Amino acid sequence: MPADVVTQAREDDEPQVILRATGVRKRFGSRVAVSDVGLELRRGEALAIIGPYGAGKTTLLEILAGAQRADSGTVERPRSGVGWVPQRLSIYTRLTVLENLRLFAQLEKVPAPEEAVRRMLILTGLEERKNDTVSKLSGGNRQRVNVAIGLLADPAVLLLDEPSAALDPRQRARFWAVIDRVLAARRAVIFTTHDVAEAARHSTRLLVLADGQELFAGPAADLVVQSGTAPGADLETSVVSFLHARGH
Amino acid sequence: MLRLALKDLRILARSRLLVLTLILYPALVALLIGLALSRAPEQPKIAVVDQIPRDVPVTTLAGDIVDPASVADALVKNLDAVRVPTRAQAAKLVKDGDVLAAVILPDDINDRLSATINLFGGTPPEIEVLVNGSDPVKARYVKSVVDARIADANLKISTTLTKVVASYLTKLLNGGRLSFGDQIRIDVLGLRESKQRIDAARSKLPPGSPERRRLAAVSEFAGLALDSLDGSANSILSAVSQPLQVKQTSVDGRDTPLETFAVATAAIVSLMLVSLMLGAALLALERTEHTYARLVRGLVRPESLIGSKLLLAGGLGAAVAFALLGIVSAFVPLDWSSAQSWLLALVLGGAAFAALGVALAVLARDVETATLLAFALALPLAFLALVPQNAVSAGLYDVIRVISAAFPFKPALDGLQRGLDGEQLGGAALHLAALAAVYALAARLGLRRLRT
Repeated sequence: MPADVVTQAREDDEPQVILRATGVRKRFGSRVAVSDVGLELRRGEALAIIGPYGAGKTTLLEILAGAQRADSGTVERPRSGVGWVPQRLSIYTRLTVLENLRLFAQLEKVPAPEEAVRRMLILTGLEERKNDTVSKLSGGNRQRVNVAIGLLADPAVLLLDEPSAALDPRQRARFWAVIDRVLAARRAVIFTTHDVAEAARHSTRLLVLADGQELFAGPAADLVVQSGTAPGADLETSVVSFLHARGH
Repeated sequence: MLRLALKDLRILARSRLLVLTLILYPALVALLIGLALSRAPEQPKIAVVDQIPRDVPVTTLAGDIVDPASVADALVKNLDAVRVPTRAQAAKLVKDGDVLAAVILPDDINDRLSATINLFGGTPPEIEVLVNGSDPVKARYVKSVVDARIADANLKISTTLTKVVASYLTKLLNGGRLSFGDQIRIDVLGLRESKQRIDAARSKLPPGSPERRRLAAVSEFAGLALDSLDGSANSILSAVSQPLQVKQTSVDGRDTPLETFAVATAAIVSLMLVSLMLGAALLALERTEHTYARLVRGLVRPESLIGSKLLLAGGLGAAVAFALLGIVSAFVPLDWSSAQSWLLALVLGGAAFAALGVALAVLARDVETATLLAFALALPLAFLALVPQNAVSAGLYDVIRVISAAFPFKPALDGLQRGLDGEQLGGAALHLAALAAVYALAARLGLRRLRT
């Protein structure tokens, strides 16, 4: 199997798959980070990847984004590309919001960079802070800049790695409002999180990973059923029970 | 590549301290170098205890007078002499660090000098030097200064001795009066007059007589001595007093003045610090800000990323060093007609240093570590590159040469010196270009490791 075969998923046959990964594997030395994982994503879908620390969530997302090479497996991405918002802020903190967006719009070779920047400032509600250097922004606003850069090229799929981890509840609510607008624009989103409640609230499907292996893929309700917890148990309890039953 | 370089330039410009440093640094270094090279060196401060009796000159057998005070003057020439009356006071000044050393000129110097000059034997004059032994560097410096002054004084005495001996020889050849103090005077007939008198006496003897043959042998010896010593005695004695003459020839045809070398060294040190550390910092910044993965995910080729860092770090380093040369030229005359060669040396040197900085940044995870690594590497390697041949053992020097060849300091210095001397850069340009390419390639391979 080739190390990293990337093909183009079809976008015109709705509601067909716009991102597909098959048999993705990745090792770091002797440690298996991702083992034979596959997934499919359709327009308007939000897939939450959950699992304990070291489960391979970030590695899988980086492979889907093209920031990391898989040892084997295939990843089919949409023609319009994949927007990637890494776990850590990946922006120049000594540049202003506007300078960051302009730079990445130019590097992304966006057809009308100024228009794309304006659109992102409106979408993320950062118009009034556009001339502030990023280092002066709050954590929530920085994350919004991070997301805006991921969306600059108007990708069909947005990949978010623990996007709300460093945000307070108010910032988190504002952030998810932005993502809801992204989903409303018929884009698809994949995000990783440790917050099971957040995963249930903002996703249409779950993918559960542990030690690089795919343990579950489907709606949250199915996971509750498979976990064998008592009726009425919350999702977090069900996830813990589900993982425990499988030796994690 | 240009976009990334402009982005980095904008980030650098946001740091007022860095901008101020980049402007002030060359100006300050240039001023220091310029002032240091355009002003005479400070004279070392030495205490002098002069116990020489001034009213008792030393007279030679030939009647010349040697003033011991002139010997003392030769000793304190080019020194900032602090005259003190006693040895104890001089020792206190040395101990307190008020002077570097003390020179004691003893009161028996006249007698001993007289005995030496007049070839009477005995112990030559002895000069005592007091140094502060707690500071070995200072003590070594003082020793070299005092040794040089004593060598001057010895030369003065030996020149006098040469004159005295030459005078004796002249009198032995031509006759004259030798004086021993004011009372004793001896008239010497001389070899020339002696020969004439022998020849006159010999001519009066009957041919074939044994006396006539004996006197002929004496006359022949006197003639031989006259031929050998007449006219060549002075030059022989001068050669004995200063047997070694120095004629310096530069084997590579270059004769770089010390000032040019100092200016070139200052410029290359500035180039090294700016280009190497900026090269390391600019790439490390992409890792500190976590933008590296985002950039190389298809937005920018790693080669372009490295190129942008080389462009900015190398360019800024060359600009800073060139500005330094411009300011220094106000103090030290530089040949501006060869400015293109300087600039080429600085640009190539900047690229090589920047490439090394970028390669080092691959090893570090953040800006602080990368710049510290660059700084820690730069200074000892630059120091090694300045170690002259024969200052260390041959084997160690070979190791130093190999290390210096792999570090851009030496070829950059060589290239700039050639440029300042109005010459073509020659092999230095190729050397620097090769180093820039090798380090850029190393950085590229290192980045591949980061991505996968």
